[in-house]
Amino acid sequence: MSINPDYSKYHPKWFRRSMPIFWWTRKWVHMKFILRELTSVAVAYSAILLLLIVRALNQGSEHYSEVTAMFKSPVILILHTVMFLFLIFHSVSWFSLAPKAIVLRIGKKRIPDQATIGLNFLAWFVVSSVIVWFI
Amino acid sequence: MSSNVTIEVLRYLPENDSEQVVQSYEVPRTKDWVILDAINYIKDELDGTLSYRWSCRMGVCGSCGMMVNGEPVLTCAKFVESYLPGTIRIEPLENFPVIRDLVIEMGDFMEKLESVKPWIIRDDDYPEEKEFIQTPFELSEYKKFSMCINCMLCYSACPVYGLEPGFTGPAAIALGQRYNLDNRDMGNAERNEVLTQEEGIWQCTLVGECSAVCPKDVDPAAAIQRLKLTTTVNWFKSFLMPWKNR
Ligand code: SF4
Ligand code: FES
Repeated sequence: MSINPDYSKYHPKWFRRSMPIFWWTRKWVHMKFILRELTSVAVAYSAILLLLIVRALNQGSEHYSEVTAMFKSPVILILHTVMFLFLIFHSVSWFSLAPKAIVLRIGKKRIPDQATIGLNFLAWFVVSSVIVWFI
Repeated sequence: MSSNVTIEVLRYLPENDSEQVVQSYEVPRTKDWVILDAINYIKDELDGTLSYRWSCRMGVCGSCGMMVNGEPVLTCAKFVESYLPGTIRIEPLENFPVIRDLVIEMGDFMEKLESVKPWIIRDDDYPEEKEFIQTPFELSEYKKFSMCINCMLCYSACPVYGLEPGFTGPAAIALGQRYNLDNRDMGNAERNEVLTQEEGIWQCTLVGECSAVCPKDVDPAAAIQRLKLTTTVNWFKSFLMPWKNR
């Protein structure tokens, strides 16, 4: 904050409001932001899961069927459904923000934001398809 | 249709109160009035003690920013009609200390703005009288970020600035990027010392509200994310190709 004594002499009693702990519940955009942050747990979970599946694949078919058998338990199925929904929410909201960081050009013309978003979704689809094809 | 509009103003009179108090005023419902007209009516006809800032009345000076029904807006650019029916609530811009009524203290913003060196830096003796020709493409690289009118609506909309007042903040970073992306400038390294420090771009968690409320479409969120990307790419380059650092 400004500490110029001459300036603050004429209005010494500033009023400061502090942010309430639940500031993010007041607006849907803030709630959406908090959800995006929280659902990054699902992203980390899925990444670890993918690594475990690849590891099991490397260890041979027996290990792999053990892991896939585990996935069939109802608790894991519910957990994975929830994680999947979180993952979709996170990915969609994240990819929609891509044009903020990336500027793509064809020659000197900047391609529209929607096209950047589209390309991200396309890349997501292609990479996911390759992984599904492998597994 | 009621012929009056109720305006609630969150006031703060440091000589009388230690808290903010709500005061209601009835103003005539007038087609074509912007919020600032209604506030001016209160000041001129109902209560001369009300304090607030304004100047140009045409969305250029950036001084009339206030919270209207919870959103930071330029009060000279928002019509009263667009908030009806219902009471209209006017508060000082959020995330800033309040000096009096709707007047906020902006010293912190001014210091941050200065800290990002928003001017052209040259490390050669470029003669001042010489013209520096810039192509429309070179101009388009930074033009968007140069439209900022320093209204501080983005600071008011940014929860990160509310929680971490040390954060350099959206407009100052966007203005830093405006000069970083200007091909006449040579000050990137100097400027990025401030922009890429802990309290600069890395505090931003991309809530995105700064860009949503900006009346000039500056898109500070984009300025910040782009600088994050450039800084990361440069870091990897210097890590993988250390000989280039020399
Ligand atoms: S970036 Fe936009 S909202 Fe922020 S100070 Fe500049 S004009 Fe105002
Ligand atoms: S009075 Fe100048 S921007 Fe509103």
